[in-house]
Amino acid sequence: MGINRSSDPQKRQAQMTYQSLAKKHQPKPRLARNMFLAFLTGGAISLLGQILFNLYRGLGLNEGLSGSLMAVTLVFLAGLLTALGWYDAIGRIGGAGSAIPITGFANSVVSPAVEFRQEGMVLGMAARMFTVAGPVIVYGVVSAVVVGILRWLVVGAG
Amino acid sequence: MAEHKRGRQTVVFRNPPVITHTFSIAGPKEGRGPLGGKFHRVLPDLYYGEKSWEKAEIKMLRDSIQELLASANLSPGQTDLVLAGDLLNQNIAASFALRELPIPFVGLFNACATFADALLLGAMLVDGGYVDTVVAAASSHYATAERQYRYPLELGVQRRPTAQRTVTGSGAVLLQTGGKAPGPKITAATLGIVQDMGLKDVNDMGSAMAPAAAATIEAHLSDLGRKPDYYDLIVSGDLASVGLAITKELLQQKQISVQNNMSCCGIMIYDLARDGVEAGGSGAGCSATVFAAHLYRELVAGNLHKLLFVGTGSLHSPTTYQQGESIPTIAHAVAVEA
Repeated sequence: MGINRSSDPQKRQAQMTYQSLAKKHQPKPRLARNMFLAFLTGGAISLLGQILFNLYRGLGLNEGLSGSLMAVTLVFLAGLLTALGWYDAIGRIGGAGSAIPITGFANSVVSPAVEFRQEGMVLGMAARMFTVAGPVIVYGVVSAVVVGILRWLVVGAG
Repeated sequence: MAEHKRGRQTVVFRNPPVITHTFSIAGPKEGRGPLGGKFHRVLPDLYYGEKSWEKAEIKMLRDSIQELLASANLSPGQTDLVLAGDLLNQNIAASFALRELPIPFVGLFNACATFADALLLGAMLVDGGYVDTVVAAASSHYATAERQYRYPLELGVQRRPTAQRTVTGSGAVLLQTGGKAPGPKITAATLGIVQDMGLKDVNDMGSAMAPAAAATIEAHLSDLGRKPDYYDLIVSGDLASVGLAITKELLQQKQISVQNNMSCCGIMIYDLARDGVEAGGSGAGCSATVFAAHLYRELVAGNLHKLLFVGTGSLHSPTTYQQGESIPTIAHAVAVEA
């Protein structure tokens, strides 16, 4: 994380000396372990998605519809697990593996909705529902527009 | 010159106030921890029979004060003052808890150092002859603190190994004029000065607070001309494992060795290997419950004779963090002797 440095040179020196001392005692996240667990968790979620997709295809639905139904099912399951209070335990172990897939997005919407229900349906649940997911949506839409313009400039319309 | 003042930051008490009673309430996770058997009451869940976590924290603090007074056979009318605080905006746990107790009240905020703050101010007021009977209390609640400072509880985030877990708990102690009753006495206190070494990581409050703890401990020992081994135990509330290690090294650099007699409430309250709390506990209620449930009993039982209780607080808010400010921190020290 960031650090502030004083404008007074003497104080700045003291802060820098302290910050390097403190660093020695700060345990680092276990990157290899975290990445492995993220790989397993993310992979398991993707596998579940593929199983659902094949299942819907097996029921005779077309590819587009099966894909949409698979996404809807995963979002529903993540919402359910969040409401039951289990998704945070998965997230603690899985890290990015459970945050990046569509299920993580569902969790980021449902968790504040559940949490802020106590402050009422309007100012609580509805207003706070997008506190975590909001920035993702905003910058997702902005990037989509930028990429769309770039594509138009490079390959033209159509 | 104030006659009770020693050095720059320390006061000594002429007629040391006595801590006559304590009462502690802890949350379910804390109840399963190493101090589980010592809390006066353990909550079955985070709601404590209420509809919101804030209401649960208010009830927890109110019950601690009420049970404390009941154990001392005191009515609210016989109590001169309550000094209490918590972590929530506008100090709502303390203020709302006192809404149903007709006792003069002053709310305090020093983040996790709030309980030490209440102890030392209470001792000053008692020794100064302004009041006879004071309640010092503090609370924190995992869920109310998480939603104010961090994320919704059910959001699946991975915690950093330097992070601390807010303790669900409240502790209340009764201070009375010295000589009135037996019990451990508050003999001296050192008031902290705000420190800021430029750290900004709210998931590593221990590193931010260590300089404040080291500065206050150093000031305390130097103001009173004491060696660190004067105390059986120097206990912080709550540096947790990262901040404790840094504090020990900072003090060692000043030739003050606390390697063998310093610990932390945030480490005592959890089993760090088993409880999944990263660096340890934090929150105004952590040091308050550990003092009221454990340290006080050790003093009364004679297992501890001289204790230096050092409350440490990170004084940031979510707004200052989002605006890129570093974390100012403070530590207050209270000497308690059996």
